[in-house]
Amino acid sequence: MSNISEFSLTRIVSGIKKKDFTSEEVTRSFINNSKKSKKLNTYITECFDQAIQSAKNFDKKKDYKGLLSGVPIAVKDLFCTRNVKTTAGSKILHNFVPTYESTITSNLWSQGSFLLGKLNCDEFAMGSSNETSFFGNVINPFGQKLVPGGSSGGSASALAANLTPATIGTDTGGSIRQPASFTGTVGLKPTYGRCSRWGIVAFASSLDQAGPMTKNVKDCALLLQAMSGYDPKDSTSVDIKVDNYTSKLTEKIKGLKIGIPKEYRVDNMPNEIDNLWKKGVDYLKDAGATIKNISLPHTIYALPAYYIVAPAEASSNLARYDGVKYGHRAKGNNLVEMYENTRSEGFGDEVKRRILIGTYVLSSGYYDAYYLKAQKVRQLIKNDFNKAFTDVDAILTPSTPSSAFKIGDKKDDPVSMYLNDIFTVPVNLSGLPAISVPVGYDKNNLPLGLQLIGKAFDEQTILNLSLAIEKRANFNKKIKVWWN
Amino acid sequence: MSIDKDTVKHISKLARISLDDKKIENLSKDLSSIMKFIEKLNELNTDKTSPLTSIINASLKSRSDEIRDGKIRDQILKNSPETNKEFFVVPKVIE
Repeated sequence: MSNISEFSLTRIVSGIKKKDFTSEEVTRSFINNSKKSKKLNTYITECFDQAIQSAKNFDKKKDYKGLLSGVPIAVKDLFCTRNVKTTAGSKILHNFVPTYESTITSNLWSQGSFLLGKLNCDEFAMGSSNETSFFGNVINPFGQKLVPGGSSGGSASALAANLTPATIGTDTGGSIRQPASFTGTVGLKPTYGRCSRWGIVAFASSLDQAGPMTKNVKDCALLLQAMSGYDPKDSTSVDIKVDNYTSKLTEKIKGLKIGIPKEYRVDNMPNEIDNLWKKGVDYLKDAGATIKNISLPHTIYALPAYYIVAPAEASSNLARYDGVKYGHRAKGNNLVEMYENTRSEGFGDEVKRRILIGTYVLSSGYYDAYYLKAQKVRQLIKNDFNKAFTDVDAILTPSTPSSAFKIGDKKDDPVSMYLNDIFTVPVNLSGLPAISVPVGYDKNNLPLGLQLIGKAFDEQTILNLSLAIEKRANFNKKIKVWWN
Repeated sequence: MSIDKDTVKHISKLARISLDDKKIENLSKDLSSIMKFIEKLNELNTDKTSPLTSIINASLKSRSDEIRDGKIRDQILKNSPETNKEFFVVPKVIE
């Protein structure tokens, strides 16, 4: 059974239940792959010994009640895991071992899954290429010199290279959908409030949301179901019934209305992306959907508003890293010097930039001009979506303005890096759910994805539409294994 | 608005991050280009728009005021770089 690691999550879950293979066989298969794939630099912490022990325990007990019974899963190193180091890709947390478990990972474990390891990511999830991690670049399996996207780059890369059957990431401005698009995988950002944020290292609290990253749409529905739900420990978690996404999953989407926003046809967008978008339209038409041209007039203001709101919230959230309670501590002759040296040594360049931007826009005399202005613009962006959704059921756009770029290409120009998230950020500002589904390849044989944006708490519709696209796109993962 | 080196020094003091001169110079350049990008928002008239205060239209839940955890002092202290019995230790703040 050497090819278990190529199976989908759904196939693995049913295979364990039907005794086609044991949990231990599954676990060993992913561990073997992972051990051979060090070049991709996807893992920050490996939990292989514990995973095999968990698998053996499972095989003895054979309890198949959970949605993920007997399945090992590696997760982004932003989720706190009890007694397992949690770094957020930062030097300042290089030695942090939580004494508690995040709600999302607890949910997975209570569905019968167990931890395979902690995956690399941009430092504090700030980045679109995984180049800001203290633990080094992650490599995209589609090319030795390519970034996997970010910030959930380790998750995307590990999934695409068959090092984990599925994974979870977090998405503040596109950090699940952009790397999914760059690696030919499926990634979904749920509605804000659908998944608990408790125990996730915080970046920008009004934007952060955890979500599933999987090999196909059906797996995505399954993992979303396992993760979702109300959590009293997160005051912004919403107490709305979670749909049975897998049983309701259908490609029968006849009669649904799909909006195509003209503002997403940006300058300098490669023809290939435009063509891919047209293909997506054709697929949905073929499945019986009606296409409508719509306008989201404030789209161009989303990124500038995001780069006020996200750094402002980050500067406040990251104030806790002071070298006193946990994490890295530097020397200093007095308390303030100790704080300043700790934070100077502990944070990387991009995190410093964002803390400083955030501190500046919130500083005395500037609040109205920047933060308040951005929150007003955010309202306008949300109004655009509200208006559009009176007329359509979902919105189809490209996931990213390009395919995966080369390591180092955008590292020295923060603004050009930020432009990567041009299609994903408006969704976070509005709290809506969105999914990236792989559709095709560009001329360099690099994967490209399309994004479907749904109404708040209507993850089911975008999953169904993605399934209709997936069936028609017939996307094949064309990766040659070069990294073993 | 461009962010000059003195402004970088001022905000890095507020953010408690020490920076050397080289870093200050680089950050002045980077932050200025980011702020220039952000200022696109000034094109928009928002006088009549109220700021977004909550993304999802759900009211915050209240809970009963009762103790649910506690007695976890050792766990809280476990990750501290320096502790003394039940205390966090920091450099001396009173002469």
